[in-house]
Amino acid sequence: MSGAEGPLGFVMLCHTALHRAAGVARHWAGQGCPVVIHVDRRVPAAEFAAMRDGLADLGHVRFARRYRCDWGMWNLVAATQTAAEQLLAGFPGVRHVFLASGACLPLRPVAELQAYLAAHPDTDFIESVTTEEVGWTVGGLSMERFTLRFPFAWRRQRRLFDAHVALQRALGLRRRIPEGLVPHLGSQWWCLTRTTLEAILQAPDRAAHDRWFRRVWIPDESYFQTLVRRVSRRVESRSLTLSRFDSQGRPHVFYDDHLDLLRRSDCFVARKIWPHAEALYRAFPVAGGDALREPDPSRIHRLFAKAAERRMKGRPGLHMQSRFPTGEGADLTAAPYSVFQGFAEVFEDFEGWLSRITGTRVHGHLFAPDRVDFADGARVFDGALSDSAALRDYNPRSFLTNLIWATRGERQCFQLGPGDVQAVMPLLAGDGNAQVSVVTGAWAVPLFRAGGDFAEVRRMAARLQQIESAQLALLRGPGVRARVRIWTLSEFLANPMEPLQAIIDEISPRSARRLTEAPRLVALEGFAAFLQELRNQGMQPVLTGDFPVGGPGAAAQDAPPRERPYLVT
Amino acid sequence: MSVPGALRLRWRRARLHLRAWAKRQALRAVADRTAAIAPDDILLMSVLRNERVRLPYFLQYYRALGVGHFLMVDNGSDDGSGEFLLAQPDVSLWRAAGGYREARFGMDWITHLQNRHADGHWTLTVDLDEFLIYPFCETRPLRALTDWLEGAGLRALSAMILDLYPRGALEAQAYAEGQDPFAIAGWFDAANYSVRRSADLGNLWIQGGPRARLFFADMPERAPALNKVPLVKWRRGYVYASSTHMLLPRGLNQTYERAGGEQISGCLLHAKFLDGFPARAAEEVRRRQHYADGHEYRAYAQGMQAQRDLWCRWSERYVNWRQLEMLGLMSKGNWA
Repeated sequence: MSGAEGPLGFVMLCHTALHRAAGVARHWAGQGCPVVIHVDRRVPAAEFAAMRDGLADLGHVRFARRYRCDWGMWNLVAATQTAAEQLLAGFPGVRHVFLASGACLPLRPVAELQAYLAAHPDTDFIESVTTEEVGWTVGGLSMERFTLRFPFAWRRQRRLFDAHVALQRALGLRRRIPEGLVPHLGSQWWCLTRTTLEAILQAPDRAAHDRWFRRVWIPDESYFQTLVRRVSRRVESRSLTLSRFDSQGRPHVFYDDHLDLLRRSDCFVARKIWPHAEALYRAFPVAGGDALREPDPSRIHRLFAKAAERRMKGRPGLHMQSRFPTGEGADLTAAPYSVFQGFAEVFEDFEGWLSRITGTRVHGHLFAPDRVDFADGARVFDGALSDSAALRDYNPRSFLTNLIWATRGERQCFQLGPGDVQAVMPLLAGDGNAQVSVVTGAWAVPLFRAGGDFAEVRRMAARLQQIESAQLALLRGPGVRARVRIWTLSEFLANPMEPLQAIIDEISPRSARRLTEAPRLVALEGFAAFLQELRNQGMQPVLTGDFPVGGPGAAAQDAPPRERPYLVT
Repeated sequence: MSVPGALRLRWRRARLHLRAWAKRQALRAVADRTAAIAPDDILLMSVLRNERVRLPYFLQYYRALGVGHFLMVDNGSDDGSGEFLLAQPDVSLWRAAGGYREARFGMDWITHLQNRHADGHWTLTVDLDEFLIYPFCETRPLRALTDWLEGAGLRALSAMILDLYPRGALEAQAYAEGQDPFAIAGWFDAANYSVRRSADLGNLWIQGGPRARLFFADMPERAPALNKVPLVKWRRGYVYASSTHMLLPRGLNQTYERAGGEQISGCLLHAKFLDGFPARAAEEVRRRQHYADGHEYRAYAQGMQAQRDLWCRWSERYVNWRQLEMLGLMSKGNWA
């Protein structure tokens, strides 16, 4: 038991894991720092007695009058006031008071903290910002923390709490903020100078302030943070305690695997520590040292910011057991992809060409009725996706989501057609990542080339045209988020390079390459006559565009493709 | 939810409890050490039959995670499983007479034990071939997870089944007692899972993986469900509605986020596909004690003849939970 107490005193607020709190108190007291401990009144008497007896050998440790503390309620401030008064009165040598909790862990030696404070003798380290500047709105309340009354505990009496807030809002009840006070908020954990703390605790109008703060919500984050602005000579608006809240407003917890991060943060004190984090309690505080390094918690802040983003936003395009976005604005896929309808019908080896030109993965008809036509005829693809049509059709939405998720980093292209399973259409139309290019009426080309029984061909043509019309209605309809391009077959054949260039540019925008290799058109001699024959049989091919027999459009079918003049410009 | 709908679920829950109560006589305590359960112990419940060779690693794995007490139901083992468990100081053992199938695939027995012993405890309900992994499980014990879940106001953790399999024929590598099964069955399917939401209990319905890929490619609707909620802060009145896939009251199934963010989740690594599997599948077909008349096992028995290798060139080799997190099979949520 050392006689002379140091210039730094601690107030500790404890309610669980008292053995950990006792260990920390013992450490600080052992370094000559007076400690006043407040133990929540709800802690059973036996546990309290055990803690008190365990620390009885330390003259620098005192216990404060116990309050029953509910989260977000006034008593937490009352407990702090009482304990701080006891510390100031009992230890006149104390120049700085550090408010800590039982879940705090000193990371650096007390000597370094003392040296740091000695270098800033008149500075109050307390996070204190106006309500407009902070994004904390626990329970949807910001400025209303101060202008409404909060007699009910948020965690214990949530219904009463909510009803009372709603009632006050409905009645337009508001409290006036006392003259001379500008509400500020900040972390509960601070380190104030004796001068500042005494000025707050001994202010002549303290009784009035206390009365007002008694009905403010979460006053432990605003009482000292507001009043310090009236009396402090120099406020450094940050806490010396590393402590962050998660997206739900609960403090982040540190575990053994944070050891390196904590060590490198150079923070003086961290909270909150998981009580069973043995390695942390063994490793800290590090032996010291009188280093004057500035705390740098930025890496830890980044870690926690990433966690908040994962919880709030998640990874777009990931649908799994604990992320399943539904409803308006739900994301479907993780990355852009391209869908081609009618291209493989009019070009020879369009898939091979597209894959060479763009370096992307080009599949066949992924939604073909008989099987999933993955690139290179694979039976299984990335993510162990099966080529079974039944599995795909059981849940086309999951199939598409899985495909794009599993191939992140490699753009996917696939063919579509009116002969494919159409269940995927609404998904494609609603997906902002889908780039859908359609040459309408192109389904007529393979029918024309295959030949065969014309009655059958006519029947097929009618069916495909009907399906494609429905597709187009969907792709042109309201609420479409896909990037959709549509040409009629005749339009497209009149000038195929321009649309192709546009599509390629969108797939790989940075390359800005001119197409040097054109895909070869399939032979179309007699196609106009074929369409005319369909008309003659009573089936009007409206989606192909105009192919008058012998007219100007007929040139497209009459000349052999290799002589087409549209090649490289 | 509508009032009749809510009443229907209420009735369904009451019926499940009633069944469990009616089946209580089938359970005979062999070693009831439940008096030793501490108030904050994490419990593990399991039904088993002839799992002697798997037991040592199973117990070792979950003891290391921090399970405080095992409540095990032995359904007619004759391979020494019962004797082995009897010798374990942290295991309470019951023997269940009667059919697995008639006992709702063992869930009636489990429900009865949960009603009697689990109230107020974090309770893990798993099969002998299911191994829970969760974010940071290499560095943070189960208690860290349950403390965090509790702090975040969460009552249950989702952990989907992830089927692991060896490369090559199942019989090629023999599993030895005490061995890490995933040293043999070290591969899995990364992204071929079908997810849909089922309206009545609000849970997600997940199917897929190697079983759907190989055994159910032409009848996907019959592929086994992979969604599981194995870890629950138990309260009297809770009940598993179908295996450990979903619970009543239905709010417990809200283990996922629908507004775009990610809730925390884990995985149950499934060591089903080891050298004993083909023989077991054949036996279970004969016993007809499994779900849907052991249809699943029939499919396996047929499938395993045709397709002895579950591995494919897109199979992923299992490394750790971080890998599964990156692949999007599980999530840290906002635990950091």
